[in-house]
Amino acid sequence: MLFNNLSKVTLALVVTLFLGACATQQATTTTTTTKSDDAYTGTETVKFLADGVPDRVFFSTNKSDLTSAATTTLAKQATYLKANPTLNIVLEGHADERGTREYNLALGERRAIAAKNYLTSNGVAANRIKVISYGKEKPANPASNVLAWSQNRRTVTIKTN
Amino acid sequence: MKYKIFTIFILFFILTSKSFALVSVDITRGNLDPLPTAISDFYLDPKLGDNIKKLQLESKIPELIQNNLSRSGLFFALEKKSFIQRPEPAHNKPRFEDWIFIKTQVLVTGKISLEKEDRLRVEFKLWDVVSATELSALAFYTTPDNWRRVSHMISDKIYERLTGEKGYFDSRIIYVSETGNKVDKKKRLAVMDQDGYGVKYLTLGNELVLTPRFSPTSQHVTYMSYFRNLPRVYLLNIETGIQDLVGDFPGMTFAPRFSPDGKKIIMSFAQEGNSDIYTMDIKTRVVEKLTDHPSIDTSPSYSPDGSYITFNSDRSGFQQIYTMKSDGTNIKRISFGEGLYGTPVWSPRGDLIAFTKLYRNKFYIGVMRSDGSGERLLTENYYQEAPSWAPNGRVLIFYRETPSDSSGRGGGAKLWSIDLTGYNERLILTPTDASDPSWSGLLSGK
Repeated sequence: MLFNNLSKVTLALVVTLFLGACATQQATTTTTTTKSDDAYTGTETVKFLADGVPDRVFFSTNKSDLTSAATTTLAKQATYLKANPTLNIVLEGHADERGTREYNLALGERRAIAAKNYLTSNGVAANRIKVISYGKEKPANPASNVLAWSQNRRTVTIKTN
Repeated sequence: MKYKIFTIFILFFILTSKSFALVSVDITRGNLDPLPTAISDFYLDPKLGDNIKKLQLESKIPELIQNNLSRSGLFFALEKKSFIQRPEPAHNKPRFEDWIFIKTQVLVTGKISLEKEDRLRVEFKLWDVVSATELSALAFYTTPDNWRRVSHMISDKIYERLTGEKGYFDSRIIYVSETGNKVDKKKRLAVMDQDGYGVKYLTLGNELVLTPRFSPTSQHVTYMSYFRNLPRVYLLNIETGIQDLVGDFPGMTFAPRFSPDGKKIIMSFAQEGNSDIYTMDIKTRVVEKLTDHPSIDTSPSYSPDGSYITFNSDRSGFQQIYTMKSDGTNIKRISFGEGLYGTPVWSPRGDLIAFTKLYRNKFYIGVMRSDGSGERLLTENYYQEAPSWAPNGRVLIFYRETPSDSSGRGGGAKLWSIDLTGYNERLILTPTDASDPSWSGLLSGK
């Protein structure tokens, strides 16, 4: 009688263990380590296309959304470019080094396009704008820290003529 | 009476089975004791000419074999100076007591002789010392200057005989050589034998080159280059040095690999912020679009039979690993753990997919089965990525970078390898910093 109870308990324990194992395997929610808003807001590394027109915008980790600071800068760039209609530009998209190389190439392109779409929807002709991604190959700040990484997540506008 | 016969039979079986138990190496377990191995100098036929004798192949070939076997972590090579028996008698008729005395379990002997004018015959034998058995005897025919290839092929035969698995020593590695400051690195394509010998540079370093991969025959390389400031996938013939643009895409192509039959290149094409996976048939130039999703789809890698593809996509919102049929249908997500997943690469054995994982600001190299089960992380580091499989699917090569300071010092990239068991983590020496390694198949094609 006691033996029967013991084996039932053992069976119950074993079943619970297996169920527990199954539960962990099928977790479908993914917690990520990315912060939602760590785009650089400073002025280091920033150059100027003209007086009061910064040459770059910054992004949060893994993101290509334009922050309000980014749209402010791009609006200034759009105004400047419309006032100088013979100027052509290339938008360089970049990523920080804390990601895999191939994905970062794609992310850089997405960030460059995000800036391009803003400019074209604000009156800059698309044929004046070229786009290139450098992934994480050309950091603005080569240091390995959170500040440098935020300065590297950027799209830079460069005059080509 | 029946019991007695039964007992005697059992005793007989136990006694005889012990003497028939041949030495073998189990490479699927962790925490191995390396197999004590004696690799004797080979016997050099005295009839060989001085021009051969001065090459000292009788010690160079065994030295290469010993380096290969030791580097695998599975074999412990005993020191030559402890050997009692000389190379010639050892090869013809080993006195096993001499070898048992120095505590070896296997013995490699060999003989080098002239086949005909300018062709050598290199014969090796593999012996199980404890059971006094010859396990293997093979001869290779080659020109003297090809002695390294022969040494690697012999190493593969020994490895295969003792582990039951194919070897990986007769292979090459292609990688990106890096020099200069981090802000503006000079990058060149480089190839070398898997033991680090014979580094050759394939590009000059005037433009950025990234992620090179061998074709299945190892005659071609596909890679991404910023030649003329246009980031595109190229095809390079290693022999002729001729580079061809792959396809005529109006935007960035990247992350290229070959299909297992060598006929196609699979890659990503980025357009309007969206990267999809495409293939191009090298001969016909026919382009096929495999994924069609506004997310980033990249890092595609074929299964060894060419029927499936694994790739990296952020369509769920974050980088994860997916598989699909090679026609682009039946897309399935297979990574579900915490963190970001990238760089999936299918093992040549077809059983596992290796990947890079980023979790809590640390990078991991790991493997999982092709249905996503059995995720196992092999190594953790500040920064590492991009595993590539050795031809036997038992070893992975990848690269690591160290942190750098604000003037770009430090941050050096180096190649590392690790066994599937998670053991035998090893730095691979290169003349410069190195990244993006890719392992060829076996050069003999098998």
